[in-house]
Amino acid sequence: MKSAQTPLHKVQGMGASHSGTGHFWRERVTAVALIPLSLWFAYAMLGLAGASEPAILNFLSLPWNALLMATFAAISAYHMGLGIQVVIDDYVHAAGTKILLLLLVRAVVIALIGTCVFALIRIAS
Amino acid sequence: MAENPQRSGHARPLSPHLTIWRWQVTMLSSIMHRATGMALSGGAIVLAWWLVSVSNGSEGYDSFMVYAAMPLGLLVLFGFTWSFAFHFCNGIRHLAWDLGYGFNKHTASKTGFLVFALSFLIAIAAFALVWTGNAGYLQ
Repeated sequence: MKSAQTPLHKVQGMGASHSGTGHFWRERVTAVALIPLSLWFAYAMLGLAGASEPAILNFLSLPWNALLMATFAAISAYHMGLGIQVVIDDYVHAAGTKILLLLLVRAVVIALIGTCVFALIRIAS
Repeated sequence: MAENPQRSGHARPLSPHLTIWRWQVTMLSSIMHRATGMALSGGAIVLAWWLVSVSNGSEGYDSFMVYAAMPLGLLVLFGFTWSFAFHFCNGIRHLAWDLGYGFNKHTASKTGFLVFALSFLIAIAAFALVWTGNAGYLQ
């Protein structure tokens, strides 16, 4: 026997995870997107270090800055969820706890994106 | 038949064998990539807290700055800055590996040392810029 996989399983290419290389690929795509976004974020954070509250409000209410900050926060949170999932997959082996933690991570990711975007909308308006 | 090792009652060593391997820079950089990633999850929560505090007007922002300006707050911010620099540099190293570059044993060790040196340099430079008054150029 050359392979334990059924022909159907091989065609689907999903492997034991049932999700194929999707997780791996999304982690890389978000990582690449975060390279320029992180450089902008570092530029923004250094530029706002020690700034007064009106100056920060002024900077973040400019459309491009608001958009870049929202994108940085959203893709970071998504990338974070993918990363923490790997840690959970590696160390948590009890099925119930594992599912609970994975759901919790997804909830935190969505809450983080929602909070950051809502705060940015409030700042801009 | 050999006795089933799973049932012998001995706690068998589990991978990764952190207690028996000699420490290598490649090993440490791998562990630190995960550790800084987890630390930056805390950083993401602080970023959300900062944005919400700014959206709450000057009183809200002051309530954030009370914590950020404390010695412990500054230490945490330095930790986030270094974690950010390390995860950024080492992430690029990982992406290069994904493309098939830098897998040679000695190359991987060299880039490992480089990433550690560079990340500390970036974090210290960032704080030096702030303390010497060269940051804050956006106000």
